[in-house]
Amino acid sequence: MSSTDDYQPLRGADHAPGDEPAHGREIAEGLLGYLIGLGLAILLTAVSFFIAGTFLVWRPSVPVALVVLAIAQIGVHLVFFLHITTGPDNVNNVLALAFGVLIVMLVMVGSLWIMYNLNQNMTPMHMQMG
Amino acid sequence: MTAFQAGAGYGDGRPEEARGPAVTVFDHADPASKRIIVGYGFWIFLLSDIVMFSAFFATYAVLSGETAGGPSGKDLFNLQNVAIETVCLLLSSFTCGLAAIGARAHNGLMYYGGMAATCVLGLGFLAIEIHEFVGMIDQGAGPTRSAFLSAFFTLVGCHGLHVTLGTLWLLTMVAQVFAKGYRADILRRVLCFALFWHTLDIIWVAIFTVVYLLGAGR
Repeated sequence: MSSTDDYQPLRGADHAPGDEPAHGREIAEGLLGYLIGLGLAILLTAVSFFIAGTFLVWRPSVPVALVVLAIAQIGVHLVFFLHITTGPDNVNNVLALAFGVLIVMLVMVGSLWIMYNLNQNMTPMHMQMG
Repeated sequence: MTAFQAGAGYGDGRPEEARGPAVTVFDHADPASKRIIVGYGFWIFLLSDIVMFSAFFATYAVLSGETAGGPSGKDLFNLQNVAIETVCLLLSSFTCGLAAIGARAHNGLMYYGGMAATCVLGLGFLAIEIHEFVGMIDQGAGPTRSAFLSAFFTLVGCHGLHVTLGTLWLLTMVAQVFAKGYRADILRRVLCFALFWHTLDIIWVAIFTVVYLLGAGR
């Protein structure tokens, strides 16, 4: 990381391709991306908090709605903040993400499934006492 | 520099002619820049961090009902505080993005302004979270009270620890850019920091949904 060929003087030096300072249009585009992301994230967050507290919707549907909204918001964060997109220079990032999601799903769904099954098959407490 | 030199540097030390014709692998027209490679490596680390959090989430989800006669999430959680925490982190994610653009544009106002705002919002988040934890422990709902509370403090506390470390990293990056300027290697560290901070926000989205909103409605 700190090898000498990394060093770039502030002025009067060549920049590597892709590493030259961003200019007007690039800044504006970047800013717009973050603004869109912020707007969408605030919208989804607001809807989440609203749905959690409201009695306007059928209550049993609330947990599912909250999970869906959270996944949507995570998607917004990934695209607009972390810039994980479908671009050609992003294939490796997307593949790594897909593998991460697979592991996360295995850990969470697997744990919940197994523990639910164990709870189902365990003798209820009051029957043991009686 | 930022791009791997195609071919050169990948040899095994033998002179060119001794390698024979088999070594013509690195003839890509456009090798990835170091910035992309560093970002990819750090992304792998972040995914491993997310996998670690998923284990804490699974633990919490399994134990969330095991209150041992103690207070449940419905009794403890104050959704107004959680909303303020969420706004803090969300805005800090945005200002962190501004700082990342400022760093790429070598724009001091955007970089230092964005980093300062990110730091203030991050510390605000931590202050609210610590206040919440202290309040819970004061009313006898500390991590030792029940399995539910152990899992809660582990999961949310681990995220808070990440935010604390992130804030320290933020201050380090401000100092490094201040002292060394917008050097390519420093800018790559700023990129990694921004990725880290955005990932903390992603984990918080999962926490406020799974722990607070689902827990308060239970």
